[in-house]
Amino acid sequence: MKEESITIQGPVCPVPLGHNEKIVMGHGSGGKMSQDLIARMFLPPFDNEALRAGDDAGVVQPNLCTQLAISTDSHVVWPLFFAGGDIGRLAVCGTVNDVAMMGAIPRYLTAGFILEEGLDLGVLERVVTSMQKATAEANVQIIAGDTKVVQRGKADGLYINTSGVGVVTPGVEIGGALAQPGDVVILSGTLGDHGIAVLEARGELGFESGIQSDVAPLNHMIAAMLEASEHIHVLRDPTRGGLATSLNEIAQQSQVNILIHEASIPVHPSVAAACEMLGFDPLYVANEGKLIAIVGKESAEAALEAMQKDEYGKEAAIIGEVKSAPAGRVLLKTTLGSTRIVDVLAGEMLPRIC
Amino acid sequence: MKHLSEYRDAHLVHAIAAEIRKTVTRPWVLMEICGGQTHAIMRYGLDQLLPPEIELVHGPGCPVCVTSLELIDKSLAIASQPGVIFTSYGDMLRVPGSHRDLFSVRAAGGDVRVVYSPLDAIQIAQKNPDKQVVFFAIGFETTAPANAMSVLQAHSLGLENFSVLVSHVRVPPAMHAILSSPQNRVQGFLAAGHVCAVMGYWEYPPIAKKYAVPVVVTGFEPVDILQGILMTVRLLENGQVSVENAYKRTVTFEGNQPAQGVINQVFMECDRKWRGIGMIPASGWCLRPEYAAFDAEQRFQVNQIQPAESPICIAGQILQGLKKPDQCPAFGGECTPQNPLGATMVSSEGACAAYYRYRAGLQV
Repeated sequence: MKEESITIQGPVCPVPLGHNEKIVMGHGSGGKMSQDLIARMFLPPFDNEALRAGDDAGVVQPNLCTQLAISTDSHVVWPLFFAGGDIGRLAVCGTVNDVAMMGAIPRYLTAGFILEEGLDLGVLERVVTSMQKATAEANVQIIAGDTKVVQRGKADGLYINTSGVGVVTPGVEIGGALAQPGDVVILSGTLGDHGIAVLEARGELGFESGIQSDVAPLNHMIAAMLEASEHIHVLRDPTRGGLATSLNEIAQQSQVNILIHEASIPVHPSVAAACEMLGFDPLYVANEGKLIAIVGKESAEAALEAMQKDEYGKEAAIIGEVKSAPAGRVLLKTTLGSTRIVDVLAGEMLPRIC
Repeated sequence: MKHLSEYRDAHLVHAIAAEIRKTVTRPWVLMEICGGQTHAIMRYGLDQLLPPEIELVHGPGCPVCVTSLELIDKSLAIASQPGVIFTSYGDMLRVPGSHRDLFSVRAAGGDVRVVYSPLDAIQIAQKNPDKQVVFFAIGFETTAPANAMSVLQAHSLGLENFSVLVSHVRVPPAMHAILSSPQNRVQGFLAAGHVCAVMGYWEYPPIAKKYAVPVVVTGFEPVDILQGILMTVRLLENGQVSVENAYKRTVTFEGNQPAQGVINQVFMECDRKWRGIGMIPASGWCLRPEYAAFDAEQRFQVNQIQPAESPICIAGQILQGLKKPDQCPAFGGECTPQNPLGATMVSSEGACAAYYRYRAGLQV
């Protein structure tokens, strides 16, 4: 080859792509693109105080003595059944958890079903039975519903939307903007179980991990935590976008810095192995039965103990602390003692090439 | 996790870092070739453990980043055609072409699918005999054997609806290009362990000799990378020019001979344009004439494409180790992973993405 004749071209680069024209999958990732879409498309026309708070559920006060937390969530998971759960359990738990994350006691749900022509009634029955079990476990009632059928090919079997209402216990004030420097960050268990279980059910792992989805209602755990500690400032379930994205949201809302310690973050070995092979980071993988609690230092141990007594919080651990600067950012102390940033997921999580 | 935790052991890492500090007496500029190594350095903050004398610059070893804009535009043109299922490694979907990316093509109705292996694309072709299935065969020497295998398999199955858009690049010509540039600052190389697992390191002694730079074959875990740095620094401090192997558990001098055989059976050397660097002679692989039937560029007649680069970002200088990502005026502002100006900000192995993800605005 003619090595000496190589001339280096000047700086080159493509024009930016904002994906401002059409919806792409990244808009539904729960990460930065979702946040941008909401800020651009939905916040301005519907603007109000509850929506602006940007929490898992909107909190409103219809009269002097009652505060309600209201949330809604659509479920489009595919496949409908996966190890540890199914779309029905997910639809109940997702909304129950969103309501409970405001420190509210979830009471009532609605359920809207979008069914694809040709769906096996036996499948629907399995999903509904699973929903019934989940509502019994969470102690909520489905009090209204809706059914629509669309032509074959216009939906992927079955979609479910659920909305939920809960009553906020008087005196309880929880929200993403309430984290304070000095607070302690607690995680209720291992990261990434749901995301990896769903990937496996899709046949995208190429091996069997034995991982079960963690989908579960967390309202009883939260009730016990509120009983044990008066200083719970933030609760959030790290679903799409994972722990990294949820912590960034909180850091932004509260204008604080969150420092987490890599060594203290629980990850199931099979999930860690699957992530290594696929090029995923467990910090960004979805969970459906985990919560982050940001708690005043004085009662962190009490909250942790209450979590560990619950069947869904046995592996709860303190994973970090809240600091003042740099505000709005999440930092991670690596197992080697160095520090790096943990950013939100940019768009769709993609496996890397090699 | 067994076989990983050992190579991330904090005590061992700190011990090697201490040994590097003891060994260094003056400044050295080292380049890690592979984007996977760049990410590990950033993810574990390994540069924070090094003495200030050692500067790591980041090499061109990110296949997504160096795939030419022209080929990306060709992929977009092919993927937009009706009756085509376009398959690719996930990383490529977000790489901007002149006007759009594969995500946009998918959103506009194109059938774009992420696969983990080109053999998955073969299966898709078998299941969809009425569609044309195209695989975007990008990558260095690491992905070449599997990509070559897919062509051989398609050939033996007599698949007429399968083709590959080949964009293979090779490391040694890129090292020549970097070292022969008058602006070169690199004094020692950490060679990419995965590339060497396939190719061995018999190609490196002539490079080391010609340019008087030591080359150390290096792995990807913290212990591996620091070990590679230590061995390179020792060679530099002793004035030795040689090629050594710090990744013996995976790499042999000869490399994986059957894999090299498959590559040579299907591919031959060709000139290749690198995004941000330009044309490097004999730096790529393309299909041999006997497999031309599987060449997507010929099948879809996409040779008339005129790519349009914009003049903002400095990806080219970054890929040659002349600049660091945070020296770019657009870094973290105009250019972010969700709004990338350059491929180096897109790929999970791109240097800019690594800086943004682990380091943006962080004073350490």
